Amino acid sequence: MRSPDSELPIAFEDVSMSAGGVTILDHVSLTIEAGAPTAIIGPNGSGKTTLLRAAMGLIAPTQGRITYGGRTDVAPIKRALVFQRPVMLRRSVAGNLRYALRAASVPRAQHDARIADLLTLVGLATMADRPARRLSGGEQQRLALARALARDPAVLLLDEPTASLDPAASKNIEDLIRAVGARGIKVVMTTHDLGAARRLAGDVVLIHRGRVVERAATDAFFHSPQTGEAKTFIAGDLLI
Amino acid sequence: MYSTRHFLLTLAGFIALAPLSLSSAPALAQDKSIVVASTTSTQDSGLFGHILPLFKQKTGIDVKVVAQGTGQALDTARRGDADVVFVHAKSAEQKFLNEGFGVKRYPVMYNDFVLIGPKSDPAGIKGGKDIVKALTTIKEKAAPFISRGDRSGTHVAELNLWKVAGIDIAKEKESKQLGPWYRDIGQGMGAALNTASASNAYVLSDRGTWLSFKNRGDLGIVVEGDKRLFNQYGVMLVNPAKHATVKKDLGQQFIDWLISPEGQKAIADYKINGEQLFYPNAGDPNA
Amino acid sequence: METPLSALDLVLTGDPALFAIVRLSLLVSLSAVAIAALIGIPLGALIALTRFHGREAVIVLLNALMGLPPVVAGLVIFLLLSRSGPLGALGWLFTPQAMIIAQVLLVTPIIAALTRQTIEDLWIEYRDELTAMNIGPLGRVLTLIRDARFSLVTILLAGFGRAAAEVGAIIIVGGNIDGFTRTMTTAIALETSKGDLPLAIGLGGILIAIVVIVNALAWAVRRTGEAIAG
Repeated sequence: MRSPDSELPIAFEDVSMSAGGVTILDHVSLTIEAGAPTAIIGPNGSGKTTLLRAAMGLIAPTQGRITYGGRTDVAPIKRALVFQRPVMLRRSVAGNLRYALRAASVPRAQHDARIADLLTLVGLATMADRPARRLSGGEQQRLALARALARDPAVLLLDEPTASLDPAASKNIEDLIRAVGARGIKVVMTTHDLGAARRLAGDVVLIHRGRVVERAATDAFFHSPQTGEAKTFIAGDLLI
Repeated sequence: MYSTRHFLLTLAGFIALAPLSLSSAPALAQDKSIVVASTTSTQDSGLFGHILPLFKQKTGIDVKVVAQGTGQALDTARRGDADVVFVHAKSAEQKFLNEGFGVKRYPVMYNDFVLIGPKSDPAGIKGGKDIVKALTTIKEKAAPFISRGDRSGTHVAELNLWKVAGIDIAKEKESKQLGPWYRDIGQGMGAALNTASASNAYVLSDRGTWLSFKNRGDLGIVVEGDKRLFNQYGVMLVNPAKHATVKKDLGQQFIDWLISPEGQKAIADYKINGEQLFYPNAGDPNA
Repeated sequence: METPLSALDLVLTGDPALFAIVRLSLLVSLSAVAIAALIGIPLGALIALTRFHGREAVIVLLNALMGLPPVVAGLVIFLLLSRSGPLGALGWLFTPQAMIIAQVLLVTPIIAALTRQTIEDLWIEYRDELTAMNIGPLGRVLTLIRDARFSLVTILLAGFGRAAAEVGAIIIVGGNIDGFTRTMTTAIALETSKGDLPLAIGLGGILIAIVVIVNALAWAVRRTGEAIAG
């Protein structure tokens, strides 16, 4: 289907990030491998979103480096990021996808078929001509997902994909994430929602104060956490 | 690569209009046309509207009139922005010739200035024949007076009349002795009449503009018929030696027509309500 | 005595001189807006999306130039285009071209300044998404201009309003020549100075009607477009 070789693994090698004197990521070393979704969890302000943006290549590390399949010079063509609050372009639903397809240099002749596929996948087939900005929150999140998939990514980075959605809409998105994973796309998602991490992820990374505190397969993480922070976080207590 | 079609289409609509005007105008410029710098009095009185179609019919030449005060019209010609000047301030015209900007001055026609004032006649000068006495009285009574103040032919004539009355407006202004009754508006004849009408003031006007002026309100002629109110118009070709772009043949054709019996008759024929506005006198060597 | 209705008479009887004046007014102002858009929109977008030394000063200057007095614009173009000026050889003084140029000078700062603001606001909104989609600098500019196009229509209207309403610049550089450079506004100025106030008011009414019609058309375009594109 595609060769994820060029993108994976994504390796953070002693990455630090600071802005305005504040350290956001602190000597993070982390390797994200192909396979089931990776969930990055942690309290607010722990550095999850920064980690995701750095993985996308939107911000450069202050220190250390990030490699993709062992290389640093990989253009972010096979990566896609869905922001926590995705911005809909002032176009129709189909127009948003068409834009992403063009940006990804997909031949024009394939656009209509790809758009139809993507809209069917995310359940927006009947809304192709609606203005994207008039969609509900859940619909916008799904369109953003479809827009990211239009890039035909090897790695899909999701920032709090279900954070502001009601349970039905969340379920919808979770189903989609599963479907995406089944297509062989590596999903990396940040989340507050331990339930979502448990249901979707193959492995879990706990971030606290910009550091990777614990990293384990999902079952192991939830059943036998090794660190005090992980135990506290899983128990639902405040991790300060 | 990105979707700009719609935007470009929208813009294209606007842009399509631009070349229209840009292409049509140079085409006109290639036509037989001249620019005549003239005065607001000749335009506002409607004289050009009457005689230019006759000239065009005979010669096919378009005359584009830029109507300004005499001083400004002469400056326009000095810069080379006109082919012919048609103005009414003999001393200023003489200076223009002496500087070498004009080829030759031809007298064309005359009319006269009239002193306009409100019905209430605060200076009590209505019906007089002596313009100098009238102006002296206006000053004595400090009755409101509107001056063009724009170096136009009428303004020059007004200042000369004040001088004859022994009043040096420029000097009094400099020494701040001039009272608020003298209002200098720096605008054309029509604007001066509008201002006088609105403020019940006296104003010196050429008869032609006065006759065609429509917003008279309470204004009427208070002094006329003094021979010092004589208003002579002259026409000059701008010197091609100073500005090579001057269309000397077409310009001279216009001048020749103005002073020909045909042009002179056209001027004499222009009337408003049966009243003749300008009197041709091209044959008068002293005019 | 003429009445304001006499201007209406001129419309109803299809007075050719009046139509020539209306046509020239629209031609001059629309051409000026089109040219100003070609300069002002890319310029505004460029300033919105780039950071350079003195950028703030440029923005302040641009905003200030929105209030450039038309007579000053007219005077500058007059001095440039006069036979004795640097561009005198063109022979454009007292022609419609000169009027278009003067209005371009008036309208470009309006379009550039408002475009800068609009594009910058939209860029703040779109920045992350476009960066994540790996869109290059040119693609960004084109995307932002395209997606802001309905706001840009309003900006063009503001420019058109300025151009259609002004008299100070075009009367200086056009000379208000009958049948050649006489527009609605210069005709109104002339009729006022001739004391024919009713005709001047009538012409003013026609000018207002034209401006309203142009705005209504643009509004309809905007509403329809927004309904489709959001």
